[in-house]
Amino acid sequence: MSAAELGLALSVFLACAVEAVEALTIVLAVGTTRSWSSAMSGVGAAVLALAAIVAALGPALASLPIDTLRVAVGGLLLIFGLQWLRKAILRAAGLKALHDELETFREEAQAARAAGAGRSSFDGYAFTISFKGVLLEGLEVAFIVVTFGANQHRVPLASAAAGLAVLLVIAAGAAARAPLAKVPENTMKFAVGVMLSSFGMFWGAEGAGASWPGGDGALLAIVPGVLLSAVAIAWAVRRTLTAALGAEAARRTTAST
Amino acid sequence: MTRARALLVGVWEFVVGDDWMTAVGVVLALALTALLASAAISAWWVMPPAVVGLLALSINRAARGASGRG
Repeated sequence: MSAAELGLALSVFLACAVEAVEALTIVLAVGTTRSWSSAMSGVGAAVLALAAIVAALGPALASLPIDTLRVAVGGLLLIFGLQWLRKAILRAAGLKALHDELETFREEAQAARAAGAGRSSFDGYAFTISFKGVLLEGLEVAFIVVTFGANQHRVPLASAAAGLAVLLVIAAGAAARAPLAKVPENTMKFAVGVMLSSFGMFWGAEGAGASWPGGDGALLAIVPGVLLSAVAIAWAVRRTLTAALGAEAARRTTAST
Repeated sequence: MTRARALLVGVWEFVVGDDWMTAVGVVLALALTALLASAAISAWWVMPPAVVGLLALSINRAARGASGRG
């Protein structure tokens, strides 16, 4: 497996795992409070819809001329990756709330109980909430699988990495019988953001006509470079905020004395 | 809102997210790369500083927005 293929598999695996953890919380909430069979029907329908999206868009994208594909996919992955990195840095700095799976579980379970019981054995509420939860969380993963996979003509590898992540999260959820609150979601999102931004930058520039020194080997410098830059930005933001909070506390102390 | 408009808004929010300026910056950086490459000038160096700069500016805008609200 080449470095680019390893990067592809790792990025898709991490992105899929973190989204699957969030989807699992929603399915657990409606499954435990309402109907497991209807909730699982919703999961199945959403997975089929996501598979159809990947099956339809993957070959369509892969048939584009390579430079067009690389500049379009590279640009999209870069924009997408910078979104993931931005949110992860803001969460790490305390400027955005961390995703709390236990709180989400409580809210979803409360809403499910408040929705009232259905009249038939099929629970439309449990089906719809599970379907929407899995589809919405899975769309980002489908996008990453299609773009990453098509660019390297390895959609099956990307799909396998996504499938493995889903299986592992389901197994962990079944073992814990609770939301996976201890998964370091923000760290995983940070890593996905770094990978998407790095590969997006690499492919986008190549598609635009640039040649990287060292060819594919440039990724060995690009990925650590983006990682270090993102860590430095997160550190600088946290430091600035801490200094600002300290100055504010000192000002209040002075004003009250 | 019509369904077509809702779909377009959904796609925009999905791809571009809540910071359109970063998306515009990425497109401009790729355009500059293409321009230099078409003139047979080495262009690989454009993207790395552009990406780091866009990320730093985006975080800075979000941090200032947060402190302005707080």
